[in-house]
Amino acid sequence: MSLSYARDDWYAVAMVEQLAEGRVLRSKLLGQEIGVSGSATEPMVRASGALRPAELRYDHVWTTLSDAPRPLFEIAEAAEDDRTFVPCGPVTVRCSPLRAVENFLDIAHFPFVHTGILGEEPHTEVRPYKVEIRDEIDEVWATEIGFHQPQAAKSATTAIETQYQYRVPAPTTAVLYKTCPPKPDAWDVIAIFVQPETEERCIVWPWMALYDDVTAYAELVQFQQEIFLQDRSILENQKPTLLPLDPRMEIPTRCDLTSVVYRRWLKRKGATYGAMTKT
Amino acid sequence: MFTLYNYVLSGNCYKIRLFAALLGVEYKIISVDFYPGREHRSPEMLALNPAGTLPVLTAGDLVLTETQAMLTWIAARFDPSETWLPRDPEGLATVIEWLGFAGRLTQSAGLARLQAMLSWPGDSDAAKAAATEDLRRLELALTDRVLEGGLWLAGDAPTVADIACFPYVALSPDAGLEHEGYPAIRNWLYAIRGLPGFVTMPGIHYLHDVPRGADG
Repeated sequence: MSLSYARDDWYAVAMVEQLAEGRVLRSKLLGQEIGVSGSATEPMVRASGALRPAELRYDHVWTTLSDAPRPLFEIAEAAEDDRTFVPCGPVTVRCSPLRAVENFLDIAHFPFVHTGILGEEPHTEVRPYKVEIRDEIDEVWATEIGFHQPQAAKSATTAIETQYQYRVPAPTTAVLYKTCPPKPDAWDVIAIFVQPETEERCIVWPWMALYDDVTAYAELVQFQQEIFLQDRSILENQKPTLLPLDPRMEIPTRCDLTSVVYRRWLKRKGATYGAMTKT
Repeated sequence: MFTLYNYVLSGNCYKIRLFAALLGVEYKIISVDFYPGREHRSPEMLALNPAGTLPVLTAGDLVLTETQAMLTWIAARFDPSETWLPRDPEGLATVIEWLGFAGRLTQSAGLARLQAMLSWPGDSDAAKAAATEDLRRLELALTDRVLEGGLWLAGDAPTVADIACFPYVALSPDAGLEHEGYPAIRNWLYAIRGLPGFVTMPGIHYLHDVPRGADG
C-alpha cells in the first residue's frame, strides 16, 4: 500500500448540484474523514477538520490531501458548451478503487453483463486493439477498439459498430471516448471519477459529456446508472478485493491487454493504494 | 395499456416491469430522475402523487401510487386465468397478507440497499437489522411451504405476492446481506427467475448468467 503516491492526486468528492447552504456531505478520502460544504461558487472541503483545496471541474468538487499535488488532468470536451453534461450521482462500491477503474476499461464483459445494451451473444469477440503507456503525458491509452453494440448510446436506435478509445489520466480516473451516433465527427465522453474512501471501498462518480439533444435528461442518467449498477454486484464479489499487480496472480488473455498495461503502469509508478503488493 | 413513471434502479418500479413482462402486457415508460435529480419531488410529480414516491401508474383516469395496488390492478385487469390474484377467500387473503410484508421489505431491505449504494441518509445498521429479521421470517415461511410440498408464497402457483416480495430480497446483497444461510429463499428466488418472460434489473441476473455453483 502506498499512500504517498495517492495523496498527490486530486479526487472528486461531491457534485456541484449537491452543495447547499448549511449542508455537509460526509465521506472518507484515503482513510480520512472529510466533509464537503459551502455553495456552488464557494465550495469548502475539510479533511480531519483542516481546510483543503476545493476546485470546481467537470460538474464536481475536487480536492487533494497534498500541499504539492500533481495537476488535475484536462478533459478538453468539457469546454464544448453545446454538449449535454451529465453528472450521474455517486455510487458506493465495496471494492478497491483500482478494481472499479479496471472494470470500466474491460470490453470483454459487455455481452455477458450488459446484455442487450453494450453487447450481446454471439457477438462476443474482442478484436485486436492497441494499448500504450504515453510516457510524455504519463497516461494509459487504448485505441482502435471496435465493438458490435445493440444499443451503444441512448441516441442509438439500432445496433451499430461502435469505436472506442480509453484513457487513464490518473490511477483512479478512466475516460471513455466513443462513437457519437448523432454526430459522427465527434466523440461522446463518459468518465468515472473514483473517490478512494479506503483501499477496499470507493465512491464512483460517473460523468458524461454527450451530443444528444433528443433524449430526456432523466433517461441519459438512468441509461448510465443501469449500466454501472450491473457492474456493481460483480465488483463487490471479485476476489481478492485488492487489485493484484503481480502478473502471476491472475491469468490475463489477449482481450485483457488494457488491464495488463494499466496494472504495469500502476506498478511502475508505485500507485499501489488499493493494490496487492505482496503475494 | 398503462403508463409507468419509472426509475431504473428502484425495486418497486421493477416489480411492475417484471409483472407486466410475465403477463405480456404492453405499457409506456416515463423516466423520472429519482437519483441524483430528486425529480419525484418536483411540483409536476407531486401534483400526480402527493406522497412523492415512485412508481406511479396511470391508466386513463386511474392514478395508482402504491406498488402493491398496481400489482393487484394489473392482475385483476390483465390475467384472465385468475391465478396471479386468487379469488378464493383464503387464497386472496394470504396474498394480501404478503403484500403487506412486501411493503415492510421496502422499509428494511430496500432502505438498507439505498443507504449502502446511494449514500442515503439514516441509520444503516438499523435498516440492516430490520432486513435480516425480515429475511429470517421469509426463510421460515418458505421452509414451511417446502415441507408442505409447495414452492410459492400462496397456493400452488406464483401470485402477485411472490412478485411483490421478490426484488428487495433478491437485491439484499447490494446492502451486504448475502443469501448464504437462506436455502429456502434461494430456492424461491431461483424459481421466480425461471418464470417464462422473466426480465432483469441491475443486481438481478438471468439464470444463465449465474456460474455453476454460485448462489442466487
